[in-house]
Amino acid sequence: MIRAATRPLAFVGRTVLGLLGAIGRVAIYFGATLGHVLRPPWYPRELLHQLLHIGWLSLPVVGLTALFTGGALALQIYAGGSRFNAEAVVPSIVAIGMTRELGPVLGGLMVAGRVAAAIAAEIGTMKVTEQIDALVTLSTNPMKYLTVPRVLAATLSLPVLVAVGDSIGIFGGYLVGTTRLGFDPATYIRNTADYLEAWDVISGLVKGAVFGCIVAVMGCYHGMNSERGARGVGRATTRAVVSASILILAANYLLTEAFFSA
Amino acid sequence: MIRLEGVTKAFGAKQVLRGIDLDVETGESLVVIGGSGTGKSVLLKCILGLVRHDAGRILLDGEDVTRTDRDAFLARFGMLFQGGALFDSMPVWQNVAFRLLRGPGRLPKAEARAVAIEKLARVGLDADTAELYPAELSGGMQKRASLARAIAAEPDIIFFDEPTTGLDPIMSGVINALIREIVTEMGATAVTITHDMSSVRAIADRVAMLHAGKIRWHGPVSEMDAAGDSYLRQFITGAADGPIGTLR
Repeated sequence: MIRAATRPLAFVGRTVLGLLGAIGRVAIYFGATLGHVLRPPWYPRELLHQLLHIGWLSLPVVGLTALFTGGALALQIYAGGSRFNAEAVVPSIVAIGMTRELGPVLGGLMVAGRVAAAIAAEIGTMKVTEQIDALVTLSTNPMKYLTVPRVLAATLSLPVLVAVGDSIGIFGGYLVGTTRLGFDPATYIRNTADYLEAWDVISGLVKGAVFGCIVAVMGCYHGMNSERGARGVGRATTRAVVSASILILAANYLLTEAFFSA
Repeated sequence: MIRLEGVTKAFGAKQVLRGIDLDVETGESLVVIGGSGTGKSVLLKCILGLVRHDAGRILLDGEDVTRTDRDAFLARFGMLFQGGALFDSMPVWQNVAFRLLRGPGRLPKAEARAVAIEKLARVGLDADTAELYPAELSGGMQKRASLARAIAAEPDIIFFDEPTTGLDPIMSGVINALIREIVTEMGATAVTITHDMSSVRAIADRVAMLHAGKIRWHGPVSEMDAAGDSYLRQFITGAADGPIGTLR
């Protein structure tokens, strides 16, 4: 009777302990990664390779997401603003919304889907086929050779992707505003430029760097801790994407709180 | 010389190694045999430091491997992994020259490539193979390329993990002969783990049988067939009935 009554409490306890353990392991992994970033040897060729894969090849998905989001945002703000005769705020709200929130968050989530999954699958497969062990026997530290280039590349790439995404998103809003909502092109551009501040853009780029770091660390961590077999790699991939996405949203709230709360 | 003294290793509740005592003399070829899941691969990984042993000591030339300079220690080893473990993302020659292209003693790219092609030729692969990716190679070619990578930096000690698994008998024979030739001409110390008795006879100077986490029998390969140990006899003959429990 007592055992049955305490079972839910035991479940909660186990879940909390499991969560704290996972946070601790990821934190230790992140700390180790930072340590390896600062100490040689470095692998610049790997870094360039990852910049290409993580940054350049993510441009289409981030650009398309931003384009459609900017357009939809313009329509929504126009529909909402018209209730208060405030249609004129569409250009400025699209610009601020894209640069502060939607550009970095959607960019981060799209890259999490594309890159965290790819990293976890690649490193997980390397682990189960003993390629990671082979690296060690060839006097190469897997943290330095696999994790550091990916984390650096994602941290450097995401702000650039966010900047491109912001521009394309604002352009999407401009296209919809001028072709569907009757805005004068020159007025739209002037309203965008007048109300957009440097900090709106910079805060989004900082968020991008943090989200990039999260994506790569979660991809590498889950890949390195992949269990055996196709099922193990599949689970590692799923965990990487889910944990990166949740952490991006949580980090976004914390950064927004830090940057913009009064 | 590699010396193991009372090495134990457990994964959770499963005790895999229960006190291994084993010597591998410099320049000899030791083959460790034993059934699947008896801890043969774990034994190699403990020596290399890929898996940390729980108790006991592993000495290389009298020095505890856990206290030695890791890079200098690993530089003395080459390893052929069971599945080849070639890096998918780079062509075969870069796999073979991986160690030569990195680290303090790295060679210029053209020189490293030339060494890689020479080593590939040594294991019977032509220069055209050098530009292929591992996924484009057959199982036997992957094993050869992996063997070329293991010997590329001319290590003192080479480990072979199930070198003939997944290969047809003829290709197994070719790989066995290559291993024996290379080990002899390099004068390297070799430790091979296998359950393929044709590999044992082709490669071994000495044989050690691992069973239930301990060395059950060890001695020269020439004495193996005449040995009276019933476990070893069952393993050599492959009989279903005997002291080694089997599931049917």
